[in-house]
Amino acid sequence: MLKRFIYSREGILSLIVLALFLGVGMISPAFISLPNSISIFNDTSILIMLSLGQMLVILTRCIDLSVAANVAFTGMVVAMTNQYFPQLSMAILIVLALALGALLGAINGLFVWLLKVPSIVITLGTMSIYRGCTFLLSDGAWVNSHQMSPSFIALPRFEILSVPVLSWIAVVAIIIVFWAMKYSVWGRNFYSAGGNPTAAFYSGVNVGKVQFYAFLVSGTLSGLCGYLWVSRFAVAYVDVANGFELQVVAACVIGGISIVGGVGTVVGCVVGALFIGVVNNALPIIGVSPFWQMAISGLVIVIAVIANASSDKDKARIILRKPNESDDSVQAPSH
Amino acid sequence: MNDAIFSLKKVSKVFPGVKALDEVDLHLYPGQVTALIGENGAGKSTLVKTMTGIYQPDGGEIIFDGKPVYFHSPHDSHALGITAIHQETVLFDDLTVAENIFLGNYPMKKGPMTKFSIDWPTMVARSQEILSSINAHMDPNQILRELSIGQKHMVGIARALSVDAKVVILDEPTAALSHHEIHELYDLVNNLKQKGKAILFITHKFDEVFILADRYTVFRDGCFVGEGFIKDTNETQLVEMMVARSIDETYPKKTVEIGETLLEVSNLCHTTEFANISFSLKKGEILGVYGLVGSGRTEVMQALFGTARHVTGSIKMNGKEVTIHSPRDAIDHGIVYVPEERQKQGIVLELPIVQNVSLPQMERLTKHGQIDEENEMSLARQYCERLQVKASSWQEKVMNLSGGNQQKVVIAKWLATNPKVIILDEPTKGIDIGSKAAVHEFMSELVDSGLAVIMVSSELPEILGMSDRILVMNEGLIVGELAREEATPEKVVSLATGGTVTC
Repeated sequence: MLKRFIYSREGILSLIVLALFLGVGMISPAFISLPNSISIFNDTSILIMLSLGQMLVILTRCIDLSVAANVAFTGMVVAMTNQYFPQLSMAILIVLALALGALLGAINGLFVWLLKVPSIVITLGTMSIYRGCTFLLSDGAWVNSHQMSPSFIALPRFEILSVPVLSWIAVVAIIIVFWAMKYSVWGRNFYSAGGNPTAAFYSGVNVGKVQFYAFLVSGTLSGLCGYLWVSRFAVAYVDVANGFELQVVAACVIGGISIVGGVGTVVGCVVGALFIGVVNNALPIIGVSPFWQMAISGLVIVIAVIANASSDKDKARIILRKPNESDDSVQAPSH
Repeated sequence: MNDAIFSLKKVSKVFPGVKALDEVDLHLYPGQVTALIGENGAGKSTLVKTMTGIYQPDGGEIIFDGKPVYFHSPHDSHALGITAIHQETVLFDDLTVAENIFLGNYPMKKGPMTKFSIDWPTMVARSQEILSSINAHMDPNQILRELSIGQKHMVGIARALSVDAKVVILDEPTAALSHHEIHELYDLVNNLKQKGKAILFITHKFDEVFILADRYTVFRDGCFVGEGFIKDTNETQLVEMMVARSIDETYPKKTVEIGETLLEVSNLCHTTEFANISFSLKKGEILGVYGLVGSGRTEVMQALFGTARHVTGSIKMNGKEVTIHSPRDAIDHGIVYVPEERQKQGIVLELPIVQNVSLPQMERLTKHGQIDEENEMSLARQYCERLQVKASSWQEKVMNLSGGNQQKVVIAKWLATNPKVIILDEPTKGIDIGSKAAVHEFMSELVDSGLAVIMVSSELPEILGMSDRILVMNEGLIVGELAREEATPEKVVSLATGGTVTC
């Protein structure tokens, strides 16, 4: 079991992330201290959650470019609601964030499901629309920390067992998605619908509906992250998370989620996101300008894709008998 | 007639411009195998899709267990216990064997989580049971991608058996199987029959019909032609019903003077696919290459055409050693290959006929960096007229042509390059009996005009009827070479299935 994991793609990537993490620790021991490790995970939590949603979308042969815009819009709505109605309880605000995110995701999903619009086109459109709406709503103005209620800002920072709530939320999201992808029919349908849509249809799976669910989940998680983002940085403005969707897609691709659909695991997705998180945090420590960060993630994507492509090469059927195979074996080698 | 468990009565299905099914009838009985016979385009696959809820009929009614039913989706027919093994792959390459078997019908955990949680251990155990019951030995946890085609087929069958099926539809199940696997399938079908399942068996092969079936139903051009008991009929009668005319299967083999050796292949080897392939080909000769699916015959041809890698050995054209690393090299040396999968490898569907024909020789048609469209057109016209391609204009897109005419465009394309050797891989696969004769006649014409033909085929009558010489392949090796006079069906089949010629 363990051996199988180590030879899998997720296993290799985990080892690389671990090596990177420990390697930086050799230069700067503080990097691998427990508090700093928690802080790296906390920094990466939002990326992890968005990547989980994106993973479902990519599994079904789609892509969701509107996640970052969804974060910005939902974040702005929640922040302004808090600003104008500071007495509203946090529970209501979180439900609002989830519901609004789900709605924005559902809009993408409905277009893909019912109108069969290519997802890259529709989410490219809604990406601009959602961000445009953020601008219209706020009139370009910021919501600053002093305009937010104390509990609004404190919630993700509250520590349980010296780990912030933000991280706990990510952990819960990982567990729920992991369980659903392995044990629920709903989750397995993402693999079948993306792996072979025709066969999935023949098996009674409604492929369009599965794609809709993927966008719904992606949107819901984006909505949640909208609140978490503005609360964590204690500011809401139009350009929140600008361009972040590319990092989300990058985390998925690095984590081995096949862009042609049907292949990918929660572990891979999380490790892919952690890779980006560790690199982002390590660069300043080893004295490399953060400007390198984009280029490095890009390089890793290219290497990951090349590694994938070369492992698929030359996988021909094997017709000739292997020399060691006895002649009277019942099973012919391969027909 | 009242004991049929599943009946179609006057069912029709219309696609834009085509009436795929025209008021057809079909009855399936528990514990009996009904063979559905018809040429390509007779509507068999459409029928299967209508029976399994993939298509909805435009007229008529479907009766299951005495009650009329309507299938809105594949789910509805599945729920009634109607299961099909489709012709095309409907499996999932990246999922495990166990999951492929139970997808859409997962075993769930007992207790409060029964609605939500898949029971993986049970799924694996039950997969193992089903697989061993059909003598398919594989690990349920293996990823499907790693299996051979035959093994994948067994997974498909296991999938059909995982539900408590009342009706099992097998759509050309033996097409991709080896001799050995076909016999296992026969046992399996008989087993199902004894368990009281109603079986619909769709096939092209008459020997299978007479081995397995109790009843038959014949379709022609989307219409119901007739039905009855197998014991009351014979092959000639069935063929007559299929084609509505009696055909005598004589092959238009012409005697052509065999010239000097054109192509000489010696000791061609590949690391995993074939080894020690040596043969020669003379001008004016048709060389038949026979072998079961997966015997390596297509792989050898692809090596000759330069699309396979890691190939060692020597290839001589007209006595001169040539190196072939790409299709470009092969074309330049006068070797062309008409592939088995025409739509995928032979043709660009979105391009007009004329551009498809000129595709391999654009450079030759280019003057001062610009394609000479008049030359291109005259080239296409010349060869398409010679092959009698039916199209409203040579600017017509190939996707608007019928299958037979697409095949002709592929051949026209290669003939236009003025080849010396033409390799035809399953030239009559998926073509109705009428067009087959035309293809055979055309092959005779080709050799008459001085070409040499290599014909790869898994149809024995075609191999025996058209070849001057026959190479038989098995498991990546040439296991026999027979002259036309000494070849008998028994010898060829025995060699191809691993036996030795004794007679």
